[in-house]
Amino acid sequence: MAEALAQVARVEGLGMVTIRADLARAGDAIAEAAGLALPEATRIVTDGSRSLGWMSPDELLLILPAPETAEAVAALTGALAGEHALVADVSDARAVFDVLGCDADDVIAKLSPADLAALPEDGLRRSRAAQTAAAFWRIAGGWRLIGFRSTADYLDLVLHNAALPGSQLAPR
Amino acid sequence: MTRTPPFRLPKGGRLIDRAFQVPFRFDGRHLRGLAGDTLASAMLANGQMMMGRSFKYHRPRGPVASGAEEPNALFGLGQGGRFEPNQRATTTRLLPGMVLRSQNCWPSLDADIGEINTWLAPMLPAGFYYKTFIHPRPFWKHLFEPVIRRSAGLGRAPVDADPDRYEQAYAHVDTVVVGGGIAGLAAAREAAEAGGSVLVLEQDRVWGGRTPVDHRGGQGVIDDLLADLRGRPNVTLRRDTMATGLYDHGYLLAREALADHDPNLGIPRQRLWRIRAGRVITATGALERPLSFACNDVPGVMLASAVRDFIVDHGVAPGRRIVLVTNNDDAYRTALIAADAGLEVAAILDARAEAEGDLPQAARARNIRVLTGTGIAKVKGSRHVEGVAICDQSGEGKPNGGIDCDVVAMSGGWSPVVHLYSHCGGKLIWDEAQAMFRPDPDRPPLGADGRGNVSAVGAANGDLRCAADLERAEGATQPVWCMPAQAPYKLRAKMWLDYQNDVKVSDVELAAREGYASVEHAKRYTTLGMATDQGKVSNINGLAVLSTALDQPIPQTGTTTFRPPYTPLTLATIAADARGEAFQPLRKTPMHDWHRGHGASFEPVGQWRRPYCYPRAGEDRHAAVTREILAVRGGVGTLDASTLGKILVKGPDAGRFLDMMYTGVMSSLPVGKCRYGLMCNENGFLMDDGVVARLSDDTWLCHTTTGGADRIHGHMEDWLQCEWWNWQVYTANLTEQYAQIAVAGPKARELLERLPGSIDLSPQALPFMQWAEGDIAGIRARLYRISFSGELSYEIAVPAGCGLQLWERLHEAGRDLGITAYGTEAMHVMRAEKGFIMIGDETDGTIIPQDLGLHWAISKKKPDYIGKRAQSRSHMTDGSRWQLVGLESLDGRVIPDGALAVDAGRNDNGQRKTQGRVTSSYFSPTMNKPIAMALVRHGTGRLGQELEFPMPSGEVLKARIVDPVFYDKEGSRLNG
Repeated sequence: MAEALAQVARVEGLGMVTIRADLARAGDAIAEAAGLALPEATRIVTDGSRSLGWMSPDELLLILPAPETAEAVAALTGALAGEHALVADVSDARAVFDVLGCDADDVIAKLSPADLAALPEDGLRRSRAAQTAAAFWRIAGGWRLIGFRSTADYLDLVLHNAALPGSQLAPR
Repeated sequence: MTRTPPFRLPKGGRLIDRAFQVPFRFDGRHLRGLAGDTLASAMLANGQMMMGRSFKYHRPRGPVASGAEEPNALFGLGQGGRFEPNQRATTTRLLPGMVLRSQNCWPSLDADIGEINTWLAPMLPAGFYYKTFIHPRPFWKHLFEPVIRRSAGLGRAPVDADPDRYEQAYAHVDTVVVGGGIAGLAAAREAAEAGGSVLVLEQDRVWGGRTPVDHRGGQGVIDDLLADLRGRPNVTLRRDTMATGLYDHGYLLAREALADHDPNLGIPRQRLWRIRAGRVITATGALERPLSFACNDVPGVMLASAVRDFIVDHGVAPGRRIVLVTNNDDAYRTALIAADAGLEVAAILDARAEAEGDLPQAARARNIRVLTGTGIAKVKGSRHVEGVAICDQSGEGKPNGGIDCDVVAMSGGWSPVVHLYSHCGGKLIWDEAQAMFRPDPDRPPLGADGRGNVSAVGAANGDLRCAADLERAEGATQPVWCMPAQAPYKLRAKMWLDYQNDVKVSDVELAAREGYASVEHAKRYTTLGMATDQGKVSNINGLAVLSTALDQPIPQTGTTTFRPPYTPLTLATIAADARGEAFQPLRKTPMHDWHRGHGASFEPVGQWRRPYCYPRAGEDRHAAVTREILAVRGGVGTLDASTLGKILVKGPDAGRFLDMMYTGVMSSLPVGKCRYGLMCNENGFLMDDGVVARLSDDTWLCHTTTGGADRIHGHMEDWLQCEWWNWQVYTANLTEQYAQIAVAGPKARELLERLPGSIDLSPQALPFMQWAEGDIAGIRARLYRISFSGELSYEIAVPAGCGLQLWERLHEAGRDLGITAYGTEAMHVMRAEKGFIMIGDETDGTIIPQDLGLHWAISKKKPDYIGKRAQSRSHMTDGSRWQLVGLESLDGRVIPDGALAVDAGRNDNGQRKTQGRVTSSYFSPTMNKPIAMALVRHGTGRLGQELEFPMPSGEVLKARIVDPVFYDKEGSRLNG
């Protein structure tokens, strides 16, 4: 039996913080509190442990090891005191998957209408996976995909189906 | 003449492998083909020319074509869940063990009772059912339609579920070339050289289109092009992939056959490609047209191109003695190829007055008899061709000779495949010289920039000679729409246009006489081109006949609309992975598995599954709901309320914003308190409700209904981004961040106090409609003292990941209190007992809060809120609107939800007038009687009056109008 197009694995232990603010005004304060540079529009920056993704012109998503979440929320809230801003812990609202393998691109291309070739190396794409909302970005060896917690089982199923052994997209 | 074997030629057949025999079954008979055969070529190789029956007259049918345009040779294929009707024999590869079934015949293909229809043909003209089955009226529904439906219809639908898998995939390409023939491959090379990504789609398994058959040395040219393209990194060649439809913005759908040839590979059988193309080049070739002569539907009458395809591709002789009939030079290739293969070409009948091109000359040089100005008066034979009577093409069809033959190869010229070009708005022009519609290069489909994004090349663009051997000049094609030109009615009534649907020249003429001047109307009246081949071979001939009958030029008649798909797609391919468990995302709360483990009977709420109730052994749903309600009213219960929307609204202008969103005042809500709010749309209609909690000076948390979470969040963002863009407000949808558990019942406080925690639950510290934060059972929680059941009630929000833990702790701690998990139905009944409205029950998009007696939740002081202006319109304020009341059944029976209260008199349609309707109706276990809410005209002023609700059965239920609050009017319990 051929191998799956990619290994699909649920990732636990990540915290996530939604940050909404005027990024032009408060960008430096956020960057300092988050410990990461501010990403360009549609990009994600990472230091290996933490990542900061651009979600919209006034929204960022900080992804970090779960134990650091409360402290990060406090740091961001403190840094944005006096600013019009919103900082919310959304760690529990999310499901995270890693799709790793040489044909990981094919798995994403079966589920999302995003143009992966046009996505920069450090691009973060808010899109969908089959019929549910998802965002994804490249990590070493494949993709990291986040969706909503309530659809975790569905995401797990459609990701595995898309990774069915022998179903590579390359012409045959 | 009779047909004699062998039908497989001793040599030739570029696509077959004579070393590998392939056994298959046809209608129970065991037959053998060769690897590389199509079903059609394998059947022909076994001498089986007759492959099906037509739709209306059940006439014998053999293959006419060799490709996707084939209207006749359709089989039921496979068994069980893999059974598929209407599979095209000319494009389906033969596989070992295949099971083919003939269609539209009973008891068998050879002895079909429906064949009697052919003798009834004079009584079954075009549109016969519109005329015949009109009277008496009831007969249509109960007799005519069922009988016609049973006898009509091609193929049978499969009964079992499809066991195969299917998938979809997306692609983004600069240039998509549709068609892997010589024109497509050449265009692909050109596009590749210009740069950008290029995708070439070929419907067939082999590349090259007609070129290897029609072009001496054609295979070499194709191979060279392929070698070049394969060496280019920006080119993708994808075969077995049919471009089925082209839509706006360069959106192209294509179906790739992955495992059609081996269902046991374990990979998806087919893949639906959803392609965004910067530019599309259609190189889809052309289809040969039949000629309209009498009995041109007898098996053995085939397109000239198909005859040579079967010879060259599969080494199969459709017959031993061929008569070729044509109006063009190209068809002579068939005569030459047949002669090369050792078959006898009895004659070439050329409708043109002269035929002096290179190809006719070559035929004459081979001593093939060429009769110019000649046509076929009639084909002899019924189950297969036995000969032809010939005549002057210009005359009325008086036979002036006969020729024995067992196959007639016909060519009425070629029609470019313009389907994709036309799907999204490309226009066609009539090319008089070549007698064809071809793409108008000046009016292509337009992209988002207003410029053409689709172009046609090669035969698809009317350049018929791109695949031919260019060194041989060809004479002009002469349009021939009727053979002979002056054929009388008797012959025209035997000239088939649409083979599958049995539409003849005389039918189209009848439609024209009866006033069907529009080609679209004539098509539907006659069913021309409405068969599974969608008129690929009949369309142009049909509209030419219609034009002649209407005495107008062909371009004035125009074509019917070309719609996707080009060839049929199975529904399974369109559904792809969205079946079974993956049919739809099924949203699950953190406690979902607990519910399932405790026997929950679920109901869908949006994409969520919520427990409707938790039936125990021996309980039906009604009994479970009753038990759950009594448990809550008498003790304590828990409801999974995690699905409720939770939207955080924060900022200096958040209070002002929420005052606009809600009918009530939220800006004045003190921190720590909760307030029930109503949300209306601009038209004043109630669209959502929920409890709002003020978390801090500039932060509110808005609860929405389960179904409203995403919609209301979007509604808020819409107003913030489009209207009040300068207000300082941020929102965040935190619905899934929290698990929320309602703990309700007189023992709710007692239960919660048993868990370790930091929150003071006393009524003084935490009165009704307040919230508090702290730890409960070691979990960080926010506790709202709110009630939807009318009991003492708390809703506890904890991080979703801790929801199940808290739920289980509560059930452990409350075991001796009789703690009971309750579902949505118990919740619905309990809120109805309290007269609380439910969005979607008491509202339906036409109800304003005032109708529901919710004036108390509408601020009179606020200058504005969304819906305020609309609610002051005269129609909203006049006293005749239906108002919310309670109903008390007079005989103890539950009045069905939705029942209408009738009024005196009848409306213009003769129906009873109505004065109200039931919006919620239950048997209340608490009150031990039926309760209902209803909207009734002048309702609130009519307490004590009786209403009548006639049932479909004829009996009339009666109810008295009462106050909608049935239970604990004073609210002492929820304040407990």
